[in-house]
Amino acid sequence: MNERIRKLREHSINATPCLSSERALLITEFYKNNASYSVSPPVQRALAFKYMMERKSICINDGELIVGERGPAPKEVYTYPELTTHSIKDLDILNSRKKIPFRVSGETKRLYKEVIIPFWKGKTIREKIFHEMSVEWRDAYDAGVFTEFMEQRAPGHTVLDDKIYHKGMLDFKNEIKWRIKNLDFFDDPEAYNKREELRAMDISANALIIFAKRHSEKAAEYAQKKINAQRKKELERISEICTHVPAHAPRNFWEALQYYWFVHLGIITELNPWDSFNPGRLDQHLYPFYKQGIEDGSLTKDQAKELLQAFWIKFNNQPAPPKVGITAEESATYNDFAQINIGGIKPDGSDAVNELSYLILDVIMEMKLIQPSPSVQISKKTPDRFLKKALQVVRKGFGQPSIFNSDAVIQELIRQEKSVEDARNGGTSGCVETGAFGKENYNLTGYFNMVKILEITLNNGADPRTGKKIGIKTGNPLKFKTFDELLDAYKKQIRHFIDIKVKGNNIIERIYADYMPVPFLSLLIYDCIKKGEDYHNGGARYNTTYIQGVGLGMLTDAMTSIKYNVFDRKRFTMRELMHMLSSNFEGYDKHRQIMLNKTPKYGNDDDYADDIMKELFEVYYDAVNGRKNTKGGHYRINLLSTTVHIYFGSVIKATPDGRKAGDPLSEGVSPVQGADRKGPTAVFKSVSKMDHIRTGGTLLNMKFSPQILEGNEGLTKLAHLIRSYFKLDGHHVQFNVVTAKTLRDAQQHPEKFRDLIVRVAGYSDYFIDVGKDLQNEIIKRTEHMGF
Amino acid sequence: MQNGIVFDIKRYAIHDGPGIRTTIFFKGCPMQCRWCQNPEGIAKEPEVIFWENRCSQCDDCLNICSYDAIIKKGNTKYIDKKKCNLCGECVKVCSTEALEIVGKDMSVEEVINEIERDVIFFDESGGGVAFSGGEPLFQHDFLNNLLKQCKERDVHTAVDTSGYCPYQAIETVQDKVDLFLYDLKVIDNRVHIEYTGVSNEPILENLKKLSSNGNNIVVRIPIIHGVNDNVTHIEDIADFLLPLKNIKEINILPYHNFGVSKYMRLSSPGMVIENFPEPNDIIDEIKKIFEKREFIIKVGG
Repeated sequence: MNERIRKLREHSINATPCLSSERALLITEFYKNNASYSVSPPVQRALAFKYMMERKSICINDGELIVGERGPAPKEVYTYPELTTHSIKDLDILNSRKKIPFRVSGETKRLYKEVIIPFWKGKTIREKIFHEMSVEWRDAYDAGVFTEFMEQRAPGHTVLDDKIYHKGMLDFKNEIKWRIKNLDFFDDPEAYNKREELRAMDISANALIIFAKRHSEKAAEYAQKKINAQRKKELERISEICTHVPAHAPRNFWEALQYYWFVHLGIITELNPWDSFNPGRLDQHLYPFYKQGIEDGSLTKDQAKELLQAFWIKFNNQPAPPKVGITAEESATYNDFAQINIGGIKPDGSDAVNELSYLILDVIMEMKLIQPSPSVQISKKTPDRFLKKALQVVRKGFGQPSIFNSDAVIQELIRQEKSVEDARNGGTSGCVETGAFGKENYNLTGYFNMVKILEITLNNGADPRTGKKIGIKTGNPLKFKTFDELLDAYKKQIRHFIDIKVKGNNIIERIYADYMPVPFLSLLIYDCIKKGEDYHNGGARYNTTYIQGVGLGMLTDAMTSIKYNVFDRKRFTMRELMHMLSSNFEGYDKHRQIMLNKTPKYGNDDDYADDIMKELFEVYYDAVNGRKNTKGGHYRINLLSTTVHIYFGSVIKATPDGRKAGDPLSEGVSPVQGADRKGPTAVFKSVSKMDHIRTGGTLLNMKFSPQILEGNEGLTKLAHLIRSYFKLDGHHVQFNVVTAKTLRDAQQHPEKFRDLIVRVAGYSDYFIDVGKDLQNEIIKRTEHMGF
Repeated sequence: MQNGIVFDIKRYAIHDGPGIRTTIFFKGCPMQCRWCQNPEGIAKEPEVIFWENRCSQCDDCLNICSYDAIIKKGNTKYIDKKKCNLCGECVKVCSTEALEIVGKDMSVEEVINEIERDVIFFDESGGGVAFSGGEPLFQHDFLNNLLKQCKERDVHTAVDTSGYCPYQAIETVQDKVDLFLYDLKVIDNRVHIEYTGVSNEPILENLKKLSSNGNNIVVRIPIIHGVNDNVTHIEDIADFLLPLKNIKEINILPYHNFGVSKYMRLSSPGMVIENFPEPNDIIDEIKKIFEKREFIIKVGG
């Protein structure tokens, strides 16, 4: 990397995340002075957006090629008081907590106390959501049965396609004008609503052009002051670029990147959507510009690489907005999950890997940043050379890129009734979520604690931690004569809680649709303009609602243990088991060891356990899949956990697989930590016994010591292993390549390991930044040394 | 069909021939190399082994054994093999897996079922099965039947052998073996006898015959400090191999010190397994010796 990039990168890494009051003040000011019943909600939101884009600070850092920040400076993060107003206590926690802190200045605190909190009290979306939720929803939420994504952050979970590389904001405005002109106020009862939404989109498009123009002016101003001739020239170029994009379609590689970046900033200023936003299939979108630049001599490979690196650093400058409470627990990271996809399949079905795909792998390797969070999409048509090059990056041991099965992803999308072309233009985002990029609102609504449901079932509807009756009565387990009776009770119990969750979601979806439209995001997702419908209100071509199941591996092992030890082998009775669980195995160590060591476990290609896993997968699938959401789409399942398996474990007492009270659950679809003892082929075989194609994504974590991947041969064999898993329709796999010794050392001497990045779940993080128990768990994850 | 004694099945073996393989470890070996990495494969019969680090000291095993075959000494336990009749009660009662029977009587079908589990990985990687040990040719009927079944299923086969056996044993199987992994330790017979307990004459003879028969052979040479980690010994081996045909590759396996910890778990006081220091720093030199003779050489399996 060159000197400029080295400096920018260092600046980014060393910047302290802190909380900026800028947006909070602007939005408060706007609503104080402009709130009015005379404009519709979408127009009001658009005006608020414009108000912020006209006034927020313009930041152009020294040496930068791609310009623009969300806050006044790198890693200064906005807050969104209209959704969640942080209390003074929240701010103190954010400022002082050990993991993922955000520095909060005294001035910010004062402004919160005097201006922001007094204005928003009683008016926030979060308060509205909690007010609307039923008692049973509250009970389940408090017990840790599920989490709720939308209580602090807005629905997002979406990704851009290639439209901005062909259309400028002025083109969008033209289309909007034409749509408004053609509204049918006689036959279409929605005509007025559509017009308001379209007007709002139009205002938002203007807002982005204004924002870019302000950068253009600032760059020109800096250029005037600069003595350094080269930088002066650069600033003049930047100024010129910012007058062209986003108003017009980009003409070259640099403009394409800058255009995307303005869009990105727009999205994360409008609201704080989950998984921020991301350009999706970046190598595909940029390739025409790259090719043209190389051919006409206006771009060199080194320049392209430098611009990409500059672009990478911009992502790293944007930590995820500060979260508190349970939401902070479920996603304890600065990472905002901007998953840039490389490789995959073209819309005509052919292999999409190009020269730029390889160049981006070089960028990932050199940048070594936690954000963005790149992935490679591997289809059966992908050349081995590309997979192996990606594995060379994996071998570096910072957890990037994650590896996806394009063929499975496309099948998953097609099963959800997307067109073949939209499916092939899609990919994965966030941790592992499948989406039709640029055309889908695929909204994750919260994690669902499958193991907690077993605990409640075993207690006939009660939560043993509190004694509170939060479920339905599904029978006294001591009277169950067969395993099937237990399974039936579990099915009823899970359905009950999914009902509660879905009812809550359907209300929350409406709250966002009615009170918190996002006209700027809507502008960018097909078919919001065509339908004149907001992204939150079913404007997208496809609308999917996910509930993310957590702990399948551990649920399987717990159920297997009951079937094997209580019903089949009769090693102990249900009564004894219940006693062991309530006493946390006190005095039952031998029984616990039998559960741990002498009971079939998921992850070993053992059909006894794996058949139970398949059944439990179907139970979850049946409970969720196919229900209608409020946006014209359906509920689907996916299986991932980010960091919530730690929180979910903390609310469950001992479990029949031998896990002690409070210990974490298994993550994603991975086997229970340390339970897989037959090597990676057995893990892949077990995991592939569930039908990944009927999910919207599954997450499998594997850890290898670096020596396994030594040399070309180690790499080749790992490539074969991955190809085999993908032949079996596995969705995703990611690798941690470090030794347990290194990790323990890092735990002891964090100061020496500041740069140690590990794969946590669907993302990478600095090892020293993750909590102690999560650190311990990463160490514990089966180390497949030597095989 | 005759059963065999297998002491381990290892999936995702990536050092026993090309591609991803499943390695079947046969129990029983006529040799007793002092550096043996798998001493639990030496005795022919199944045996109970003890893992001190896993033991919770509950002593349930002592109580359940009807033959008083378990002897406790401090925190460790020994099995009196004269008394033990391998009933397995102690293993069953042990909740921490500190006691384990190594060596399982398995049918051809059972082994084939295990092999078939990873066929998708073999197909993808050009891998297959490897029969190792112990000495797989020590149970050549069982091996022969397994090889037949593998060939019927189009599974690529590798046999990892010391070559210490009557040539007829090799002859029965050789048409079903895609690749021989042939171990060669030292040419000087005096040294060979001292460290392995047997003469290397049949080993060298069998290798000559095998090589003229047209089978693919990879010769594997463990490098052991004080035994063969010097230029003379290695040059002897290289010169011996030079006139032979069908030697596809030479693998140099620097000795690693983990056989002894396994040996400690066995209750076999008569066995001589010892720690050798890591070999001298001559791997590069060894490579040159073979490269000079135009062999393809690889360090590690």
